[in-house]
Amino acid sequence: MANVLVVAEHVDGQLRKVTLSAITFAQEAAQLTGGDVEVLVLGSGVDGVAEELSKYGVSRVLYADDAAFQNYLAEYYAPAIVACAQQTNATIVCSPASTTGKDLLPRVAAGLEAGMVSDAIDVFDDGGMKFRRPLWAGNVITTVEVTTPNKVVSVRTTDYDSAEPTGDTAPVESWDAGLESRDDVEFVSFDQVKSERPELTDAEVVVAGGRGLKSGENFEMITALADVLGGGVGATRAAVDSGFVPNDWQIGQTGKVVAPQLYFAIAISGAIQHLAGMKGSQNIVAINKDPDAPIFQVSDYGLVADAFEVVPELTEKLKSVVE
Amino acid sequence: MKILATVKRVTDPDMKVKIKPDQSGVVTEGVEYKMNSFDEYGVEEAIAIKEEHGGEVVVVSVGPSESTKELRTAMAMGADRAILVETDEDLDSDAVARVLAQIVEREEPDVIVMGKQAVDSDRNQTAQLLASYLDWPQATFAFDVEIGDGWATVGREVDGGTATKRIKLPGIITADLRLNEPRYASLPGIMKAKRKPLDTLTPDELGVDVAPRVEVLKFEAPPEREAGEILDDVDELIDRLKNEANVL
Ligand SMILES: Cc1cc2nc3c(=O)[nH]c(=O)nc-3n(C[C@H](O)[C@H](O)[C@H](O)COP(=O)(O)OP(=O)(O)OC[C@H]3O[C@@H](n4cnc5c(N)ncnc54)[C@H](O)[C@@H]3O)c2cc1C
Repeated sequence: MANVLVVAEHVDGQLRKVTLSAITFAQEAAQLTGGDVEVLVLGSGVDGVAEELSKYGVSRVLYADDAAFQNYLAEYYAPAIVACAQQTNATIVCSPASTTGKDLLPRVAAGLEAGMVSDAIDVFDDGGMKFRRPLWAGNVITTVEVTTPNKVVSVRTTDYDSAEPTGDTAPVESWDAGLESRDDVEFVSFDQVKSERPELTDAEVVVAGGRGLKSGENFEMITALADVLGGGVGATRAAVDSGFVPNDWQIGQTGKVVAPQLYFAIAISGAIQHLAGMKGSQNIVAINKDPDAPIFQVSDYGLVADAFEVVPELTEKLKSVVE
Repeated sequence: MKILATVKRVTDPDMKVKIKPDQSGVVTEGVEYKMNSFDEYGVEEAIAIKEEHGGEVVVVSVGPSESTKELRTAMAMGADRAILVETDEDLDSDAVARVLAQIVEREEPDVIVMGKQAVDSDRNQTAQLLASYLDWPQATFAFDVEIGDGWATVGREVDGGTATKRIKLPGIITADLRLNEPRYASLPGIMKAKRKPLDTLTPDELGVDVAPRVEVLKFEAPPEREAGEILDDVDELIDRLKNEANVL
């Protein structure tokens, strides 16, 4: 039996929703292998996350509660996942293509002698299992085949809906990773950007600003609009590099990928590296004072206008509309 | 301290790639190439580490013979010598990592600095695979690197904020975009680079089988988005979002 193992992602015992998209991917892959979907949770105090995950139509949830897993380190997580995959007959191991997934999964692939697919957007059967993935900043989609018996996949979660609770619960089992400690790596700190707003990758509405906003203070315009719509906030690399906003806000080829219902690109030129992170949005609104800005090539609705004038106006008027 | 940095020759990231009619790859005629942007940050960091701690910077590329151009650029920036592992095949990340592992065995560097991803294949795997094959610790997506007492303390850009990790050397660091400002090659630097040593090897000579674990079968263009409409004012925008897109 060729099972599919999903490595869950959580922050301090809070499930990250991207995991549910990875489960949907795993369910599709398991249809092709004929095996089960099992989930592995590594951490400290994660029995709650494990219980929660048991509701999403998976066959079993394993969790390894160990102080050594409290803070994520690839050097500890990877060998545990490799051991778990081997013990559970998983031939596919997957996880979201988050920064953790990107850091971790290649090490898992090396341990399983597996080929790895980055950013999978599709898995299907066509004379054998095939995957599709974007590259070249999303300007090319390739179809690939993994030639090794084991396969490791990072999942582009914007291309998969979240798995839904089924009403049933799967067995939840504690699992011993048999961890060996190392003296060549230490976790120091995780400085979380605290925010009341929805996570960018989950938000239904994303309001993003670019270098044209000229300062961090002016980003209050962006956050005010986002807050009226209950949205997340994002930015271009140029805005992050200029020190206007934290790196965690960067959307694009080398930042986050988002695909909300509604995306506002404000004072953003529309470089291909930025488009790579937001082109999948359902509705794109662009506000830019330059009528030739490339962002208008991909936007559904455009306003050629000064952001400093129209964004406050839009925010004010939307307040009464969304009430 | 011996520092190894890696360099990949990639298509100019600001040019739109075109796909061959037979879907076997991207069009290469008339295309400009340059050093992968993330590798520029990696090479810069390697040179900065040398400037602070002394030692030698060796740059390595795995790719076609034309990659000597990017290796010369790295040497013009300040790297001391270069190694090209020549292949005309488009290797997968795993093959590149196994080739690099052989180079590491020969060179025995104290630290390796690599770009976090290549802007053409966008895989973000090679450094982590290499670290795993060497059983070295890794610090990916670095925006800050401090080296001292045989350890590297690395600030990392991660989802949700930033993280700090310490790795004992030898170890691998991958560069993110805010790590430094890559220097330009100076004219004297370019002249000097022409005389710096550049060795060429092949995967065969290193005893590495480069057969892919991930085979690329087909290249396609993604569906195009159509440009929409330019609206008159905020009122019209709200009206359309509400009554046409139904998102308010
Ligand atoms: C390797 C690499 C990776 C990259 N990765 C990413 C990535 O992940 N994400 C990303 O975003 N970028 C990325 N980039 C950078 C990308 O190429 C662009 O430089 C960047 O997206 C530009 O950001 P911007 O649109 O904010 O700035 P600019 O291109 O400077 O555009 C500013 C825009 O604001 C408009 N403007 C100015 N003032 C106003 C006003 N008052 N009202 C309205 N409009 C105004 C201007 O007309 C202009 O269009 C990457 C680049 C490289 C080389």
